[in-house]
Amino acid sequence: MKIAVTVNGERRESDVPPRLLLVHWLREELGLTGTHIGCETTVCGACTVHVDGRAVKSCTMFAVQADGREVTTIEGLAPAGKLHPLQTGFWEEHGLQCGYCTPGMIMAAAQLLADRPNPSEAEIRHAIEGNICRCTGYQQIVDAIRHAARLAQEKR
Amino acid sequence: MATKPSLLGARIKRREDPRLIQGLATYTDDLKLPRMLAAAFVRSQYAAGKIRRIDATRAKARPGVVAVYTFDDVRGEVGPTPCIIGLPEGRRIKHPILADGVVRYVGQPIVVVVAEDRYLARDAALDVEVDIEPGPVVVDPEAALAPDAPRVYPELPDNLCSTMAVQNPKVDQLFAAADGVVKLRLVNQRVAAIPMEPRAVLASWDEGQQRLTVWTSNQMPHGAKQQLAICLGIPELRIRVIAPEVGGAFGAKIPTYPEECLLPWISRRLRRPIKWAETRTENLLNTAHGRGHVEYVEAAYRESGEVTAVKLKSIAEIGAYPSMVGPAVPSFTPLMVPGCYRVQAISFEVLNVYTNTMATDAYRGAGRPEAAYIIERVMDAVGAALGLDPTEVRRRNFIPPEAFPYTTATGAVYDSANYAATLDRALELFDYAKARREQEAARKAGRLVGIGVAMITEICGFGPSTHADPVERRGYWESAEIRIEPTGNAVVMTGTSPHGQGQETAFAQMVADALGIDLDDVIVLHGDTDVVTHGVGTFGSRGLIVGGTAVRMALDKVIAKGRRIAAHLLEVHERDVEFADGTFAAVGGGPKIGFRKVALAAHLWNRPVPGEEPGLEAVARFEPSATTFPFGAHLAQVEIDRETGELRILRYLAVDDVGNVINPLLVDGQRLGGIVQGAGQALLEEIRYDEAGQLVTGTLADYAVPRAPAFPRIELDRTCTTTTVNPLGAKGVGELGTIASPPCLVSAAIDALRPLGVTHLDMPLKPERLWAAIQGAQGGRS
Repeated sequence: MKIAVTVNGERRESDVPPRLLLVHWLREELGLTGTHIGCETTVCGACTVHVDGRAVKSCTMFAVQADGREVTTIEGLAPAGKLHPLQTGFWEEHGLQCGYCTPGMIMAAAQLLADRPNPSEAEIRHAIEGNICRCTGYQQIVDAIRHAARLAQEKR
Repeated sequence: MATKPSLLGARIKRREDPRLIQGLATYTDDLKLPRMLAAAFVRSQYAAGKIRRIDATRAKARPGVVAVYTFDDVRGEVGPTPCIIGLPEGRRIKHPILADGVVRYVGQPIVVVVAEDRYLARDAALDVEVDIEPGPVVVDPEAALAPDAPRVYPELPDNLCSTMAVQNPKVDQLFAAADGVVKLRLVNQRVAAIPMEPRAVLASWDEGQQRLTVWTSNQMPHGAKQQLAICLGIPELRIRVIAPEVGGAFGAKIPTYPEECLLPWISRRLRRPIKWAETRTENLLNTAHGRGHVEYVEAAYRESGEVTAVKLKSIAEIGAYPSMVGPAVPSFTPLMVPGCYRVQAISFEVLNVYTNTMATDAYRGAGRPEAAYIIERVMDAVGAALGLDPTEVRRRNFIPPEAFPYTTATGAVYDSANYAATLDRALELFDYAKARREQEAARKAGRLVGIGVAMITEICGFGPSTHADPVERRGYWESAEIRIEPTGNAVVMTGTSPHGQGQETAFAQMVADALGIDLDDVIVLHGDTDVVTHGVGTFGSRGLIVGGTAVRMALDKVIAKGRRIAAHLLEVHERDVEFADGTFAAVGGGPKIGFRKVALAAHLWNRPVPGEEPGLEAVARFEPSATTFPFGAHLAQVEIDRETGELRILRYLAVDDVGNVINPLLVDGQRLGGIVQGAGQALLEEIRYDEAGQLVTGTLADYAVPRAPAFPRIELDRTCTTTTVNPLGAKGVGELGTIASPPCLVSAAIDALRPLGVTHLDMPLKPERLWAAIQGAQGGRS
């Protein structure tokens, strides 16, 4: 099936089998391997991307369902050569260790900050409940998201 | 000249992070090679049985399918599955790469399907018909010990993989003289490591070069190279193993697995690259599990609270085959049972038992969490029996600071500690007395609030290599190489294989600090056997304390040669040259020359130094003469909902002592992550098989791991007792958290329910289990 998707601001056209998962299309056809696969069942959140500005787990969405929509992956979160406040926050606060959950975690957090620019700790923890991290114990991720919220506030 | 502030001990953000936060890192499954094939495995649906028939006709006929292989194809060509632990004569099991007519656990690979992409391979795998005649199954390790139990290996006399026992006659005397004895049966349930990146392998045989390259998500690439050489019959020098970005491992990526051995064979046979990436269900089924112990413990104590002797019988699940280091893991449990205490004598028996389940292997802590859990539960039980506060009973048993180095009842030589000081710090920060008063008030109000304590120590940086068995083909040292470029920049190669620990940062800090160059002028390479000097790997909290010490030694060699070159250039005697802040200077305000100029001179060599070779580089290997024993005091406050049995952590505080710290940011990250991972075992996690050996926790929806909302802010502090075991004075930090938090949280839960008469709980403390305990204690009253 033919699809046309705007990925990280660029229109991408493709002919894909109907069963191809969005995450596989992004990773294998477009080479956007920053989006990871951790469970293939929507449970771990490693594959989180934005579809029309909302956080979506791309391992349980077909590529054809993205037809005509806008997809943002970790590679497109910030302009080339620049860091998004969340990326800075994760770096500053040691919000990652092995880094495998990180892109999905950042994309989930980006949705939170879009909805609530100044979230409480409880709101942050709730917002990343769908994303598993096995390394950090989450505390430094919470700090990273707060750091990003502060940075974003300062920019305003 | 102003002295630069030291980089050692500084909170420096990680050098690994820019690639990771921008999605630019390369994990194994991110790799794509021209003409690359995909593999999918057909796995056993039965826990035991004989394969009557395999029919791959339909699979082979599918478009895009390139090959289908069974044991008949690989017989004599590849295998057996690597295990580097020597087993007793007559009990050596060879686990085939693909099932050799017999299946012994659910998920055992039987057939591999090779196709043009992973979708086609998986489709075709579903078309392979495997007819198995089911056999008798044994899942429970205690049931497996019964004389009439089904045998996992009928050729063995029983289901024992190996055993270990020490009977100390002093134990009986101490039991006879005891004022009391506590007896416990403890279950340290089987859990899964769940690295967020499942295993993945890409193998590429180069027919022109006659060389194999294997990218694999592994924490011991040099070990994998050695094992692949043996398994495939290919000389080591024709194998390159690369562990690219590795998304967590926790011990589960120590083994070289059947899939890792098989893919290279396929690539060589088909002369095409081939990749396989595990699904999460495969990860839960067939990546080595951890723990899986049943412990029978008896402890003799005096009225004073002093625990004098322990008898331990440890029944450890090995699973259906001996994994890479699996059979060695349970041996650390009796070794570390004394914990922080002056237990005088210990008798123990470890029974490593085969069952029709996936193999177990090292998992973050590997034998030490089991030990800490045993002795901490003993301390709580003795305290309760004598009416002593749990902190007081521990205090009365502490090895005193002046007794170090201290040889424990099981022969471990503890380097240094001051347990009371660390506990005191924890009690002060927790405001323990106030917390107890609040608990009293809460109890009066009918709430189930408990406070838990764990004092733990662990063994880190295994060594010396005199303990190494020839079958291991490696010692316990670690390598480091530093190559100084003509510019004076430093390329550091470490034999460790970090996968989240942050050694690219910690080692760069050490090198930049020592040479007086910028962090940006240091690069740390690892995980590629063609690039890095032969090394050992990352496990057992050894990254910094063994690998980092090797870096320190290589630095010393580089600086020593730099000093000789500088002395020649400065025309002074070598012993009159000092090196500080990146400058070699003649003592007493004489001439000086910067490190970078010395590096250039070493390569330019237009002023050759007599007796020296050009260049400036060094290889060093640190052989640990002894092990280190970091320790910690952990306190938790929990509340259990009387109606639902749900446990909520109200507070968690850890004061750990890991000796000197290179980067506190990394150390805190290790501690926080470990505490939460251990809390997962305490509260949620459990690999469960049904009686037929079917895995019932085969997805992350069934196997629950900790998520962010379940935790309060964990409070951290440190004390610092250095060690002389290595020149860094560092003790290791990787596994402390997973060792400490299970006993601490169970201690808190039992404390919460003690007024109801509950004295025992087994992990995981799921709501239904706590609810049942509350109901049982109340005699069914709600």
